[in-house]
Amino acid sequence: MKFPVESSPHVEASSSVAGVMTTVLWALVPGTIAAVWLLGWGVLINVLLAVGAAWLAEAAMLWLRARPFKPALTDRSVLITGWILALCLPNLAPWWLPVVGAVFAVVVAKQLYGGIGYNLFNPAMVGYVVLLVSFPEAMTRWGAPVDGGATSLSLAQAAQWSVFGALPVGMGFDALSQATPLDQWRMVATQGGEVAGAGVSIWQGGGWSLWLNLAFLAGGAWMLWRGAIRWHIPVAMVVGVLVTAGLLWGIDSERFADPLFHLIGGGVIFGALFVATDPVTASTTPRGRLVFGFGIGTLTVLIRSLGNYPDGVAFAVLLMNLAVPLIDYYTRPAVFGRKRQNRDDRPDGKREA
Amino acid sequence: MSEPRLSELALDGLWKNNPALVQVLGLCPLLAISNTTVNAIGLAVATLVTLVVSNGVVSMIRDWVRPEVRLPVYVMVIASVVTIIELIMNAYFHSLYNTLGIFIPLIVTNCIIIARAEGFASRHAVGFSVFDGFVMGAGFGLVLITLGGMRELIGFGTLLGGAEQLFGPVAADWGVRILPEQMTFMLALMPPGAFIGLGLLIAFKQAIDQRASRRARAAQTARSGEPVVDAVG
Repeated sequence: MKFPVESSPHVEASSSVAGVMTTVLWALVPGTIAAVWLLGWGVLINVLLAVGAAWLAEAAMLWLRARPFKPALTDRSVLITGWILALCLPNLAPWWLPVVGAVFAVVVAKQLYGGIGYNLFNPAMVGYVVLLVSFPEAMTRWGAPVDGGATSLSLAQAAQWSVFGALPVGMGFDALSQATPLDQWRMVATQGGEVAGAGVSIWQGGGWSLWLNLAFLAGGAWMLWRGAIRWHIPVAMVVGVLVTAGLLWGIDSERFADPLFHLIGGGVIFGALFVATDPVTASTTPRGRLVFGFGIGTLTVLIRSLGNYPDGVAFAVLLMNLAVPLIDYYTRPAVFGRKRQNRDDRPDGKREA
Repeated sequence: MSEPRLSELALDGLWKNNPALVQVLGLCPLLAISNTTVNAIGLAVATLVTLVVSNGVVSMIRDWVRPEVRLPVYVMVIASVVTIIELIMNAYFHSLYNTLGIFIPLIVTNCIIIARAEGFASRHAVGFSVFDGFVMGAGFGLVLITLGGMRELIGFGTLLGGAEQLFGPVAADWGVRILPEQMTFMLALMPPGAFIGLGLLIAFKQAIDQRASRRARAAQTARSGEPVVDAVG
């Protein structure tokens, strides 16, 4: 009797890049619908522009680099880059804002580093930060939430505003726009005012940021259930935000916002579920993921509270991206069968002195 | 030591061994001062003059300087030259002097200058050393000016803005606006823009070199009639 001998792996996993990315795309849908519902059609226009520009930029770069088109263009990762970037942009942005951001994200942050799997930094966050530091005025064009009492734009009017910068007769930009809760809090805080008494609250305008976060949470829960992401990074990031914000709030509750405000008032939930969990740029070991997420949460609150920009999620993610090789090195799990990890094996093959 | 040919020296400094694109020396002024064309031209000329004079002086004294003390002597020579240039700029190009600020005295620490003094001028005759200083300075300066032009164009939308700082009141209207103000990209003016711009310039040089070597290989194989074997793949 003869037994066939095969080499490993004997059990193949069915997951593929395209499969995981499809799950993420579906998980983005509830949050996007909620954002369109709460913040107007401008969100949808941003998504379409950014996704289209990202896809075209990817195709152009693959052509320039003489790489095969099919794997990179059908794994849907570039669509997610564009989509996530678009959801970070203000809902009254001019058309070129999502386009420039998406092109920069794909060309510089992804393809110049070697394409999917090789990029050091989260491409969507690089695109966002480039827009934030380059076009500070355009990046503040936040419209009031749709149910906040301000006049709202129809789809055609929003498209007209995005492309031509023209508003319907009788509608002024000031009537449409409104500072985000984080912006308002920053204004009060930098002027030395008392945050608690200034009426800055996440509940104003019908608590729209709460509903938006719940919709993103639903998508994130689905990703967790499907196994597209793991719990470590989101949970650690939220804990990092709560702990750091709690400490600052405990020290001086008049100068710093409370932890719940930090959790809901900005991009923490969205960032924890969709940005920090990027499989390419996040830490890859279980303990490393906890460190990575906690670091992002801590840095986010510190940048918001002590830095120059209202939201710090993007900067925090990029800073922790830089730390990933170090985190992964110090959190390698023990090799199966060994009692403790062998620190003598350095990644570069040399022995430590 | 046998003296090199001048054409080889020129090719080395301007292209093959370009201080900015290949040796990647003097990054600090290259990245910090390349935000406008005029700043870049000012620093490029200052660096070039420093290189020429310091190379010449080092070459002149090369037979009297003992090897044990050569580096302090070279640094003293370079520092004296830079001090002279700093005083001249303060006297004749005062507003440019104010704009460039600390980066004029910092020319002393530019690694290109000590590298050429140690690597070339201390072993070659005065004429060759002066010529080497000139082509190396020109190679560095051209990259600096190119980068300055790129960054000013993308970041401000202008070229040669503020030329009167360098060329006097005649040049007050030399600055041209090429892109409208709404189309400028502020990132180019910031430090990341300098790094990305220099990276693109280096990549561009590599692409040209690779293309040339591919062509040369193809021409060679075509002449010898052998089948084309692409070893690089």
